[in-house]
Amino acid sequence: MNFTDLISTASSSLFKSKVRTLLTIIAIFIGAMTITLTNGIGTGIKSYLNKQIGDLGATNVLQIQLTNTTKYGPGSGNTGPAPYNPKQQVAISAGNGPRGKKQLLMNNTDIQTIKSIPNITSAIPVHPLSPAYMMGRSGKYQLSIQEQYGSTTAALLAGLGVNNQSNQNQMIIPATYVSALGYSNNQSILGQQITIGINNALGKQSTIKATVTGVEQNALIGGLGAFANSALANQIYQVQSVGLPPAISDSFTTVEATFPANLTNTQINQLTTELKNKGFTGQTIKDQENTIFTALNVIIIVLDMFGVIALLAASFGIINTLLMSVQERTKEIGLMKALGMSPRKIFTLFSIEAVMIGFWGSILGVAFAALIGKVVNTIGSHGFLKDFKGLSLLTFPLSTILAVVIGIMLIAFLAGTLPAIRASKKDPIEALRYE
Amino acid sequence: MNDQSVIESRQVTKKYGKGESEFTALDNINLVIKKGESVAIVGKSGSGKSTLMHVLALLDQPTQGSVIIEGANASSFNSRSLDVMRNKKFGFVFQQFFLNGNDTVLNNVILPLKIAGISRKKRNILGMQSLEQVELTNKAKSKAVELSGGQKQRVCIARALINQPSIIFADEPTGNLDSQTGKAVEDLLFRLNKEQGITLILVTHDIEIANRCDREIHIVDGKLTNESSK
Repeated sequence: MNFTDLISTASSSLFKSKVRTLLTIIAIFIGAMTITLTNGIGTGIKSYLNKQIGDLGATNVLQIQLTNTTKYGPGSGNTGPAPYNPKQQVAISAGNGPRGKKQLLMNNTDIQTIKSIPNITSAIPVHPLSPAYMMGRSGKYQLSIQEQYGSTTAALLAGLGVNNQSNQNQMIIPATYVSALGYSNNQSILGQQITIGINNALGKQSTIKATVTGVEQNALIGGLGAFANSALANQIYQVQSVGLPPAISDSFTTVEATFPANLTNTQINQLTTELKNKGFTGQTIKDQENTIFTALNVIIIVLDMFGVIALLAASFGIINTLLMSVQERTKEIGLMKALGMSPRKIFTLFSIEAVMIGFWGSILGVAFAALIGKVVNTIGSHGFLKDFKGLSLLTFPLSTILAVVIGIMLIAFLAGTLPAIRASKKDPIEALRYE
Repeated sequence: MNDQSVIESRQVTKKYGKGESEFTALDNINLVIKKGESVAIVGKSGSGKSTLMHVLALLDQPTQGSVIIEGANASSFNSRSLDVMRNKKFGFVFQQFFLNGNDTVLNNVILPLKIAGISRKKRNILGMQSLEQVELTNKAKSKAVELSGGQKQRVCIARALINQPSIIFADEPTGNLDSQTGKAVEDLLFRLNKEQGITLILVTHDIEIANRCDREIHIVDGKLTNESSK
């Protein structure tokens, strides 16, 4: 029997018992759809995050902290409390992260050390900015703002990015701030002055002015607040630090350092190793992204497991369907063997049937998942995802689709081996005597 | 009729089981069947006549002895060659027809050619020629399940003929048919035997049909008894 005949014979045998075949295909369909959807979400979010990296900060920037050897405060962990070090200043976190987590404080000596490392072009302390409010034409609102480092290209809906070389106080604001500040659209707020109120350490409140240069789109990461240029950030920090003793106002947890943008990955690795040797931990935007991706991958793998379990159940469906088919077609198999069909061809015939179940199940599953993706993306971009411009929640690259289809066909083939071997071993005499 | 042997069994013994439960189905069978002969293997059920046919048709291997097909010893063949031999040289007609009911008559007839890997076009032409010989060309597109018993057996004969076999093995070909249609099927088989010189090996317990053969081989408890030749 030649290959086309094997395919057409397998196909016609399969669709002879339509209901049984259809049910088995549905089982595969569910598994294929689940895996495609979970991977589609993963790919969609990852490609969106990749686009957002530009908004998060320049890629030639390192976030540097002192390496924390004992991560948690006294009484936790297996190592016991760390010995006292009079040279080390410690801030205990009570808010973000695990309670009692220590953050080591850095000072200007650390900045000098960092600057002495080859390939570091600049190092500036990161001061947390905590203004009291912002006010546009009317009403006071809370303001979340951070300094913009490097040559960041935030995804702007209107206007331009801030200029760190400028003496003028500049800021870019998220689109959601526009109406609170009393402006009707993104264009109308450009170039306008915003009043920022700041409380100093002595409890006295004062105000400064800043010009809005751009409106950014809402981003999934990083873009939840406004960005200030160096001039504005410095001024906010100076005002809010009035009254603080220098030991506190001059200490910080994070240093933002830049390196030449043309460094290779090996050179960047050398740089972080050098930092590590000097007691610092440096992370690039890429590293931070990888941390997010690692978490995302874990979630996707867990979701994929559901699909895999569905496929595992479905492969038993294939075994069952084909075993029934072999039993029912005992005479047919016997006849074909009597008329000279080799056991190998009988095996191939039943394997093709198994692979076909896998093929149709996965093709339909993938197609349906793509359809769901299209609908969700369309609805999402006008509804619950409209704040995330450029996010296709579900993305299906051809390579993933092919991998799913081929993978499932392989699983189906493996599931089909048991029935196929059983069919190929049928004794034609027994089979033809069988009533 | 020439005297060339088409199939021979030499001291063929077939045993089933081991030890206490050992059962001898065929006991030292020596047999020569000549080209173009019609031979009836006659015996009661359980006599070993079906086993003999299976051994001669290379569906089963003898425990001892050998089967010679057109001068070649079948025990020296590998399983692939046995498959090819059955596919090219033999035609089979069974009591229970073994047709695929949901498939068309033509597709049932061309099955041996499909197994042999012959192209669709060629096998359909040969299939129609084969159906012509059993006068069923008008049923080519019908489903096999729609046919009467006699028609079904004629389809089986057409299937057996399609590879232009040197031997047709017919196992109780009229067993499931009433006497009138049975007679028609018999006539067809003997006509093919006479006109085309196809060797006919008939397994039957029906004395009347056995009498029409050139030779009757009687088998009792796995042994050949009186061989009657006309």
